[in-house]
Amino acid sequence: MSDPAVPQRASGWSGIVADWSSDQRSFKTASWGKVMMWVFLLSDTFIFGCFLLSYMTARMSTTVPWPNASEVFSLEIAGNHMPLLLIAIMTFVLITSSGTMAMAVNFGYRRDRAKTAILMLLTAAFGLMFVGMQAFEWSKLISEGVRPWENPWGAQQFGAIFFMITGFHGTHVSIGVIFLLIVARKVWRGDFDTGRPGFFTSRKGRYEIVEIMGLYWHFVDLVWVFIFALFYLW
Amino acid sequence: MNHTVTDAVPVATHDESQQHPIRLYLVVWVWLFVLSVGSYMVDILQFQGFLRWGLILVLMALKAGLIVSIFMHMRWERLALSYAILVPPVVILVFVAMMALEANYTQLTRVLFLNAGT
Repeated sequence: MSDPAVPQRASGWSGIVADWSSDQRSFKTASWGKVMMWVFLLSDTFIFGCFLLSYMTARMSTTVPWPNASEVFSLEIAGNHMPLLLIAIMTFVLITSSGTMAMAVNFGYRRDRAKTAILMLLTAAFGLMFVGMQAFEWSKLISEGVRPWENPWGAQQFGAIFFMITGFHGTHVSIGVIFLLIVARKVWRGDFDTGRPGFFTSRKGRYEIVEIMGLYWHFVDLVWVFIFALFYLW
Repeated sequence: MNHTVTDAVPVATHDESQQHPIRLYLVVWVWLFVLSVGSYMVDILQFQGFLRWGLILVLMALKAGLIVSIFMHMRWERLALSYAILVPPVVILVFVAMMALEANYTQLTRVLFLNAGT
């Protein structure tokens, strides 16, 4: 590593120009794996962005009243009326899972296999809790008569948008849980220490995969921030 | 002749492992909790109008910023990557403005010609 030929790289705007105009890898500090995950997440941002845009358009253009999300997603607990309670708990569970994931990445780079794997399993457990609560939420709304084409409280589009957006997000969480379990198993088994090749590839994995899959997991949390604000609170 | 040598500028300057103190993650975690409680309170306290929409958007932006910059390590990446990833989503705001105009127009025509029907 002690390479005297390592050039000093410019920062700021001149750094951007230098990085992009150079006949080299543009994103110096990020490996290809990380950049590819970022590019995938950018494409996913556009998909979620289009869903939320369609939601905005439908909600602004309908002349029928939009259901009050605060009431639709309220719960009755021991006789107390709790607006948005379930959604609040789901938000805290997902934030917490993001915290455990961030720490897992840290312990991964320290090559602390046990702590990394346990934190990842914890993250997956929070993810499962989230999906479980979403299943509960869906069942409750379906039993109250919400369908993709109608609902008892007003604008029909509400049903379509609810199932589309939360369903797509829930699918991302579920895929993330599977992804977490696979990587946690590899960490636990020591694949990244022994250089054991992956299942679909002959290449050897590195602990960086923990950070890359962490990017995916944090993104799922990030999307929820927008859904929480724009769909449930707005 | 041997021009590949100039291409071989070491790219090993990067520190590929994102190593930051655990304490930082815990602080961000607590902040995300606090900001989420804030969002929730906007609804509980039934704020209305500009105050409501403003608070919802500000709290949302703060949470998103914390997640992207700290949890996803964006503030430690080179600007070349940050701009490549962060600028395109910002352009979506132009699309939002266009669709908001379109939606207003659609609603207007519905009110005018459909007797306030669906």
